Amino acid sequence: MTTPETPPLLAVNNLEVVYHHTVQVLKGLSLSVPEGRIVALLGSNGAGKTTTLKAISGLLPLEDGAVEAGAVLYRGEDLSRLLPHQIARRGVFQVREGRHVFEELDVDENLRCATYARRGRGGVAEDVEKVYAYFPRLAQRRGSLAGHLSGGEQQMLAIGRALVARPDLMLLDEPSLGLSPLLVEEIFGIVRRINVEQGTTILLVEQNAAMALEVASYGYILESGKIVLDGPVERLKQDRDVQEFYLGRRGGQRKSYRDVKHYKRRKRWLS
Amino acid sequence: MDFLLQLVVSGVVTGGIYALIAIGFVVVYKATGVINFATGELMMIGAFFAWTAMTALHAPFVVALAVAAIGAAAVGALVERVVLRPLMGQRAISVIMVTIGLSSIFKGIAQIVWSGEYRSFPQIFPRRPILLGPVLLPSRHAYPFLIALAAIALLALLFRFTRTGVAMRATADDQATAFGMGIDVRRMFSFSWILAATTAALAGIVIGTIGGISPQLGAVGLRIFPVVILGGLDSIGGALVGGVVMGILENLAGGYLDPLLPGGGVKDVVPFAALVLILMVRPYGLFGTRDIERL
Ligand SMILES: Nc1ncnc2c1ncn2[C@@H]1O[C@H](COP(=O)(O)OP(=O)(O)OP(=O)(O)O)[C@@H](O)[C@H]1O
Ligand SMILES: [Mg+2]
Repeated sequence: MTTPETPPLLAVNNLEVVYHHTVQVLKGLSLSVPEGRIVALLGSNGAGKTTTLKAISGLLPLEDGAVEAGAVLYRGEDLSRLLPHQIARRGVFQVREGRHVFEELDVDENLRCATYARRGRGGVAEDVEKVYAYFPRLAQRRGSLAGHLSGGEQQMLAIGRALVARPDLMLLDEPSLGLSPLLVEEIFGIVRRINVEQGTTILLVEQNAAMALEVASYGYILESGKIVLDGPVERLKQDRDVQEFYLGRRGGQRKSYRDVKHYKRRKRWLS
Repeated sequence: MDFLLQLVVSGVVTGGIYALIAIGFVVVYKATGVINFATGELMMIGAFFAWTAMTALHAPFVVALAVAAIGAAAVGALVERVVLRPLMGQRAISVIMVTIGLSSIFKGIAQIVWSGEYRSFPQIFPRRPILLGPVLLPSRHAYPFLIALAAIALLALLFRFTRTGVAMRATADDQATAFGMGIDVRRMFSFSWILAATTAALAGIVIGTIGGISPQLGAVGLRIFPVVILGGLDSIGGALVGGVVMGILENLAGGYLDPLLPGGGVKDVVPFAALVLILMVRPYGLFGTRDIERL
C-alpha cells in the first residue's frame, strides 16, 4: 500500500522503550501509517499499545519512560527529542486512553484548550461548532463541567478536542473503552467520518478488534512489545488466529496470544 | 451587639487580605504542586519595592503599585526559572526545603538593601473613616480591603475568561493532558509564579500601609497556612472562604478572649488551634481534594 516514492506520514522504526530505567516494554517495534488512512494497532492488555502512542506524542518522559533505541519519524522529522506541546503543534494529537477530560473545566473550555495545538488563530468558533455538529449531545452540555459528563459524553469531548486541534495525525487510544455497544457504533461512525471528511490520518488502538478492523484499512497486532502480525484488514480478518483470539469466533472465549504456543511458533511475514 | 458587629467586620477586612495572600499560594500549589514557604517574603519584597518607589522616587501610590507589581513579577519569573524548574520532578520535601531557603535569602537581601528598620508608608488613603451603618471602618483598613477585593476579582476574571487563564486551570487539572493539548506547561508554571509573586506583593503593600514594613514582614505569611489548610490547599474558592473565616475568628478571639487573659495573645493562637482541629476532622481541608498529599 505504501509505494516507495511516498514515505508514510508516520514511521516508527525498531522502537525500544524502557520505564524507570529497568522495565523494557517495547522491544523493537516498527509500524508505519500512510497519509489519509486509518491504521489499527491491536493487542491484549499490557502489550504496549498505549506505550507506543506515548512514545509518539512525547508523553513518555512524564511517566519516567524513555526511548532507548529506534526512531519516531513524522514527515521525516524525528519526534523523540521534542516536548509534547511541540509535537502537538506539529499536528500529531493524542486522544488518551481513559478520556482525560479536564474535569474542572466546562465543555467549551475543554475544547478551547485544544486550540493551543493549532497553527494559526482563526476559525476556532467554526471548529467548535463543528464539534457540536458531530456530537449534538455535547452541544446541550456545553456549559457543564466535564467531570459531570457521562463516560460516553466524555469520550465525545475527548475526540471533540482533537477535532478543534485540527491534527494531521490523530492517535486514538481505546475510544470504545467502557461504552455501551450502541455508543461504540456511534463513536466509530464518527471516527470514520472524521477520517473521510476532515482528511485526518488515524492510528487507532483498540481492544475491540472487530470494530477496529471494520474502520481501518491496515492493522498491526502487538504482543509483548513486538509486532507479531500485520497486514491489510481483509487478510487479518481471514487469519485463523486473529479470528480465534481477537474476533472471538470458534469457542467464543477470548484468550491471550501468550497462552498459545503454536502461535509463537508461526513465522511472521514482516520483520 | 455593635461590638460583635465591629469585630466581625474588621475580621472580614483582615480576612480579605489573608485571602489574597492565600490565593497566590494556592495558584502555585495547584499548577506546580510546590508548597511555597517563601510566600511571606515575596510579600515583603514587593512591599519594599512600592515603598522605595514612593519614598525615594516620590512616585504616586498607583505608580508605586505598578512598579511593585512589575518588580514582583520579575522576581517570580526568575525564581521559577532559575531555582524551581531545575528541581522539577524532585521529591516534594526537597522542593519545600528550597522554598524555605529562598525565604531566608529574601530576608537577607532585604536586610542588606533596606536595613532591618521599621518603615512606614507615607499617608496614602483619605483619613476619613467609612461608616457602614453602626460600624466604623478606619480608612486605613477599608481601602486596603477594597484593593484586596479588587485584586481577587481580577484574578477570578483572568482564570475564568482569558485563554491563558483557562490553560493554567487545565494544567493544574491534568498536566500531561495539558501538554498534549499543545499547552507549554513550563510557561504555565512560570505564569503561576508570576501571578503568585504579584498577588503577594499587593498583599504585602496592603498590609504595609496598615502596620509598616520591615524584613520581618514575611512572618505574616505564616498566617496563611491555617487559611489555606482550612480552605484546602488546591481550592481558590476555599482560600477566599478560609481567609474570611480566619479573619473573623481571629478578631473574635482577640475581642472577647484576650481581655480575659493577663498576657493576651489568644488572637495569634486561635488560627493555629483551628488548624489542628480542622486537620483532625477533615484532613483535606473544607474544600480541598480528598486525595491531596499532606506534609
Ligand atoms: N508508567 C509506567 N511505569 C512502568 N510500567 C508501565 C508504565 N506504563 C505502562 N507500563 C507497563 O508497560 C506495559 C505496557 O503497558 P501499556 O499501557 O502500553 O499497555 P496497553 O497495550 O496499552 O494495555 P491496555 O490494553 O491494558 O491499555 C505493561 O506491562 C505496563 O505495566
Ligand atoms: Mg492502553
